Amino acid sequence: MSVSHATPALEILGASKRYDKQLAVDGVSFSIEPGEVFGLLGPNGAGKSTLINLISGLTRLSGGRVLVFGHDNQSDFETTRRLTGVMPQEIVIDNFFTLEQSLRMHAGYYGYADDPVWRRTLVERLALEPYLKRKPLQLSGGTKRRHMLAKALIHKPRLLILDEPTAGVDVELRHNIWSFVREMRAMGTTVLLTTHYLEEAQEMCDRIAILAKGKIVALDRTSNLLRSIDDRKLLVRVSAPLMETLPALREIGAQVLEGGHLLSIPLSSDGLLGDLLVKLAALPTKIEEVESKSADLEEVFLSLTGARHV
Amino acid sequence: MSEYSRFRPFLTLLSKETQRFFSVASQTLLAPVVSASLYLLIFGVSLGSRISVIPEFQYVQFVIPGLILMGVINNAFANVSSSLFMSRYLGNIVDLLVTPLTSTQYIAAYTLAAMLRGLLVGLVTWLVSLCFATIPWAHPFQSLAILVLGSFVFSQFGILAAIFSKNFDTLSMFTNFLILPLIYLGGLFYPVSQLPSPWRELSGFNPLYYLIEGFRTAALGVGSVPFAVVIGVVGGLGAVLFASAVFIFTKGYRLRG
Repeated sequence: MSVSHATPALEILGASKRYDKQLAVDGVSFSIEPGEVFGLLGPNGAGKSTLINLISGLTRLSGGRVLVFGHDNQSDFETTRRLTGVMPQEIVIDNFFTLEQSLRMHAGYYGYADDPVWRRTLVERLALEPYLKRKPLQLSGGTKRRHMLAKALIHKPRLLILDEPTAGVDVELRHNIWSFVREMRAMGTTVLLTTHYLEEAQEMCDRIAILAKGKIVALDRTSNLLRSIDDRKLLVRVSAPLMETLPALREIGAQVLEGGHLLSIPLSSDGLLGDLLVKLAALPTKIEEVESKSADLEEVFLSLTGARHV
Repeated sequence: MSEYSRFRPFLTLLSKETQRFFSVASQTLLAPVVSASLYLLIFGVSLGSRISVIPEFQYVQFVIPGLILMGVINNAFANVSSSLFMSRYLGNIVDLLVTPLTSTQYIAAYTLAAMLRGLLVGLVTWLVSLCFATIPWAHPFQSLAILVLGSFVFSQFGILAAIFSKNFDTLSMFTNFLILPLIYLGGLFYPVSQLPSPWRELSGFNPLYYLIEGFRTAALGVGSVPFAVVIGVVGGLGAVLFASAVFIFTKGYRLRG
């Protein structure tokens, strides 16, 4: 199959999905370049899973188009689906077959013969070896998720879609999964993921789109999104409590916290840290600890969506 | 990866569906044969000697074609309806919906696996029936064609039942309130031609009558429904059901959001 490298891995052109009177996805457009790791974030009900279902073909588009490596996912779905691997959010199992049997079958569903070497690689990297002869009902939630990831990758897709891949997975397995996703990316696989763990998205994604009420409210490189909130602070812990009324504190814009023991001082992008430190040294108390704090993705997320919980 | 094959998804699904019913053979193959054996025991040994409906045949010989056909169509229906409905109910149909399988491939794979199970049950029912009586197989190819057609029609019906059923109750209603009455009223245990009016005329609206009586005509060489009529009526019904199944799968009704 010939696929031009100039062609985006995924192009979403005005995609929308309407359920009765409600627009779950409202004219969303963006594209993902080959080899990118792209994060889709948003509060519950923002339309992330619906959008992913529209891309994978699990849900029918009400409007717009989805192109996978230049192929329309409606008119040329056989091509787009074999180029795509999907790990859905909900755990789905077929308890008639062992893990090994289902992995073999999955290659066939995508039109490829079983590749024992690749299957073995997936089994080893996702630590599935001890469970190969078991049926899914005998497995823990984390193992079922790793099995689902193996199924999504069994045909070596060029676009990998992960919908909450680490939900309910313990810390060690989460690292295991992300480290394997990084390997896949190094092999040229494009990754589209959703996660509720914002620190994971911050660490993994080249670009992030934030979705709220079915629309994209922000889309940029992860570093740019973080910079978009000029929210760096200097946290200064002092030994003796300070009063908010001190002119020196007002001059540096400090907020007094913890009964006067902690100062939170905003750092503007052009602020000179040396001047600030001189002013701090003049305070009538001893400085015990200084810590600088940058905005994290959670703050960006909350400021853009107004959501309380992610 | 190996070379992509357009037919591999279909062959894989067919293999999976076949393995599925073989893996629970005691439910899918043995249980229907036990039921058929009980019917044969009752009508062959117990009551059969006291009933005569066709002059040149024993009653058990009259009943055997109907029991074979009942095994075929019941199991073809049960195989596809339970497998597809369970996939929808448990959500694992998602695993298939994201693959390159086309609507026709889905239907063909589910249908062929269901037909295979139905025909296997029919074959074993016939083998068991040899303990009680033999039938002459007056038109063996016509008999086989009718069994194949019957299993096809009820596979399509099973697909539609699985798609339209909202829960297990609805699914069992198709079997209990539609298929079983139509089979029993279609002349499984009695010749419809001997029914009084208007029941005889009303039976003409029951497609199972054409299937059962047609199969009996082909198997025994005696009956009132010629092969061409079976092909016309049951084949027409099969074509309508198949077209409906393809349309529904293509539209993704109750399958894709």
